[in-house]
Amino acid sequence: MGRPVAIIGSGQTVHGKRFDVNYPELVNEAVEAVFKAVGVEPRDIDGVVFGTMPSMMEGVALTHFYFADVLRAVGKPILKTETCGSTGVSLAITGYYWVTSGMADLVLVVGSEKMNEGDSQATMTTVVDPFYQRYFIAGAPGIFSMQSQEWSVRFGIPEEKVRAAATRISIDHHNDAFNNPFAHIKQRLTEDQVNNARIITYPVRLWDVCPTSDGACAMLFASEKMAKKLAKKAAWVKGVGYSGEEYWFGDSDKVVWQSAIQAAQQAYDMAGIRNPRKELDVAEVYNPFTFQELLYYECFGFCEFGQACDLTLKGVFAREGELPCDPSGGTLCTNPIGATGLVRVAEAALQVTGQAGAHQIPGAKLALSHAMGGVDQYNGIMILGSEK
Amino acid sequence: MKDFKTLPNVIRLPHKYGAGPVVTKFYNGLREGKLLGNVCPKCRKTFVPARSLCPECLVKMDTWVEVSDQGVLVSWAYTDKEFFGSPVKPPFVTALIKLDGADCNFLHLIGGDLFELKKKLKKGLKVKAVWNMEKKGHMLDIKYFEPVA
Repeated sequence: MGRPVAIIGSGQTVHGKRFDVNYPELVNEAVEAVFKAVGVEPRDIDGVVFGTMPSMMEGVALTHFYFADVLRAVGKPILKTETCGSTGVSLAITGYYWVTSGMADLVLVVGSEKMNEGDSQATMTTVVDPFYQRYFIAGAPGIFSMQSQEWSVRFGIPEEKVRAAATRISIDHHNDAFNNPFAHIKQRLTEDQVNNARIITYPVRLWDVCPTSDGACAMLFASEKMAKKLAKKAAWVKGVGYSGEEYWFGDSDKVVWQSAIQAAQQAYDMAGIRNPRKELDVAEVYNPFTFQELLYYECFGFCEFGQACDLTLKGVFAREGELPCDPSGGTLCTNPIGATGLVRVAEAALQVTGQAGAHQIPGAKLALSHAMGGVDQYNGIMILGSEK
Repeated sequence: MKDFKTLPNVIRLPHKYGAGPVVTKFYNGLREGKLLGNVCPKCRKTFVPARSLCPECLVKMDTWVEVSDQGVLVSWAYTDKEFFGSPVKPPFVTALIKLDGADCNFLHLIGGDLFELKKKLKKGLKVKAVWNMEKKGHMLDIKYFEPVA
């Protein structure tokens, strides 16, 4: 085992349609915020970890070079980590490795996206191999609707029940977003509005899908020595897990989903968690689609396979429930993709340090954060605690 | 100041993907109206489209077999939105199809009368390939799959 690692601060931009700033200026907002929150200077950091979606979504290749100035990276080592939708959690894990290994004491970790500038779903198709599968991938919604259908057929969950649970998740999270000052889409919704919204890819409807957001998130990962020196409050990394699958969509099982199950198990083992639903106080589950959030509850062992809809309808994962999931509104309401996973980690850190404001889960001490990337190919998890 | 300028730009870059021997052989099969897979010598699973390494055993697969152009529907997604640069125009139905004789799923399209299809699409539906008259050695030599009457 390496050295203990603490997250000593985070900075987020207000996420949304951000044509009021250019891309480097957007990244600067998040970096400035975390430096100000913690009270450190660029000279204090040992290195920078940065990531986004693939260059094709950024419009500029090698963004970590383009953003060297705003990342305060001049004269420092810089690492780029890029794993599609899971980039943010990969960034956090990269920062964690750097500090836990003893090679650095203070690392700036930043993720960003300016999705409104490009064509995100066209970019997503370029993630797919050019020979066999690219022609048929209808962006992310196509992949996720196939996955959700396989899941409901496999466990014999009636279509109406899946719809009802997805609708509950959609209404709750769009409500939750009102309590999160950084969230993009804040909307009061009725069941009718969600159930009858326009179809994106059947059975996925408009309010089941995350938005196209611009935003950035910056965090500081510190050694114990540095945390004691600098931090008023620290969230400690208790467990990390990251797991991938073979490449071809159609080869592996995306329902009893090996990478999601394994990433969670690795993180639980490291954190000493046996009963996640009981032991975790809050979870920031990556939920670009309502249906996928339900599947993650099952893959992460929050409940048995086939049970997520029933428990969701009983309110187990709601704000006041046994294990509140995505009290920030989650990815469903805010999705600057390259930052999204890091926002999950930042939200988990805010929760366990009691700084989540209006969406604070009272007394939260142990939080899970998660993101997924590629064509349903990778899952990453980081568990944070209030104690070392 | 509320109106901020944007700078429109389209990045277009030519690219030639070298297909290598396995994809080339699979493409040549398509040109002859055949779906070729290869078999893992270790786990004996058949993969279609053919690929160089077994994704599970990571060994070379050099035994080739022709599989049926019929199979069953595993999952599908109806898409009504056009993506920039997409060669397939919406509306279309993307589908995972388990071809008879294959041990993995094949990603392609379900086509035909989409209004009629809507009533039929479900896991287990039997489908068969509809080939284009003119074949170029390309995934779109198969126009789409349609339900077996």
